[in-house]
Amino acid sequence: MLEQNLIAIEEICIHHHIEVSFIHSLQETGLIEVIVVEEALFIENEQLPFLEKYIEFHYTLGINLEGIETISHLLQQMDTLQEENSKLNNQLNFHQFKP
Amino acid sequence: MDFIDYYKTLGINENATSDDIKKAYRKLARKFHPDLNPNNSEAKSNFQIINEANNVLSDPEKRKKYDQYGKDWQHAEEFEKAKQNQSSGQRSTRTSQNAGDYSDFFDAMFGGASGRGRQVKFRGEDYQASLQLSLLDAYKTHQQTLTVNGKAIRITIPAGIENGQRIRIKGHGGAGINGGPSGDLYITFFISEHKEFKRLGNELFLPVELSLYTAVLGGEIIINTLNGKVKLKVKPETQNGEKIRLKGKGFPIYKKENEFGDLYVTYHIKIPTGLNDKQKELFTELSKL
Repeated sequence: MLEQNLIAIEEICIHHHIEVSFIHSLQETGLIEVIVVEEALFIENEQLPFLEKYIEFHYTLGINLEGIETISHLLQQMDTLQEENSKLNNQLNFHQFKP
Repeated sequence: MDFIDYYKTLGINENATSDDIKKAYRKLARKFHPDLNPNNSEAKSNFQIINEANNVLSDPEKRKKYDQYGKDWQHAEEFEKAKQNQSSGQRSTRTSQNAGDYSDFFDAMFGGASGRGRQVKFRGEDYQASLQLSLLDAYKTHQQTLTVNGKAIRITIPAGIENGQRIRIKGHGGAGINGGPSGDLYITFFISEHKEFKRLGNELFLPVELSLYTAVLGGEIIINTLNGKVKLKVKPETQNGEKIRLKGKGFPIYKKENEFGDLYVTYHIKIPTGLNDKQKELFTELSKL
């Protein structure tokens, strides 16, 4: 993995004024994957939007870790259902529309 | 510009403590936060107004100004200008990137988003956009320029994109607040129906009219595919509704280069109309054989 795709957790914590323990807790619940390179902790670029969302849930909205976990699962389910809904709509259109 | 009662917005009274404000804000923000209400424009506008109320009431200076001018806010500008003329004070400049995040009322009283007191960083809002494509557009990987909130964004749309599919363009959403990161842009694609072809996933379906004579005796026909014309051999005694599969002539598979679904051709046999006497005689003769 290229190191340029990684963001140092220390930097994120300084930038957002949060404690590293919060990220460790997210890691323990499986919401964020932490990568260790030469004893330093990183996350992948791709995970940053999710992490920032969780930071906002916790620090701005006062949602605890269990709440974040539940919301995250529900949002994933919502995405899956939306995709399924879209597929079913396409199938319905297919059967209704006659060229 | 209507007066906005920020206390009412947060459901608190004018004597509320900063703790009451925080609690009320959090409660409503949890209900209307855009991340918790994807694709819900009503929740988004509610959140904006709650945020605005919180920004004013949680900042002692702003709250004081709001309490002082309150319903007479239309005169607030005049009072402020008079103050500014007295002291050649610092002027805050407003950045246009956050325009739209605040009501006209807020802008009139506080001069836009720059006057925030609490330096809470927010990730920018995720933008939602939709794009209509024809079936032919969705057939080929192509680039398209979109204008989102006045900014031109060039995106590559991979061949095989599905109707209703949503893609994320990272960092092209609303600007972050107080140095927070930008949000993302989500584009949902809507693919219009084609007059000849029907699509289901990667498979294409094409109804083809066949003359009675070709169906009975067999022959050759030329059909359209999305990739050009194709010559087809029709076997003798082809039945109405019979389906044939043309492998790899269907729709491109999303993000798989040079991989295609199949094209299904369904024959619809056309019974001749307006037969002349001779034709009728021959059909009668045929029926007796």
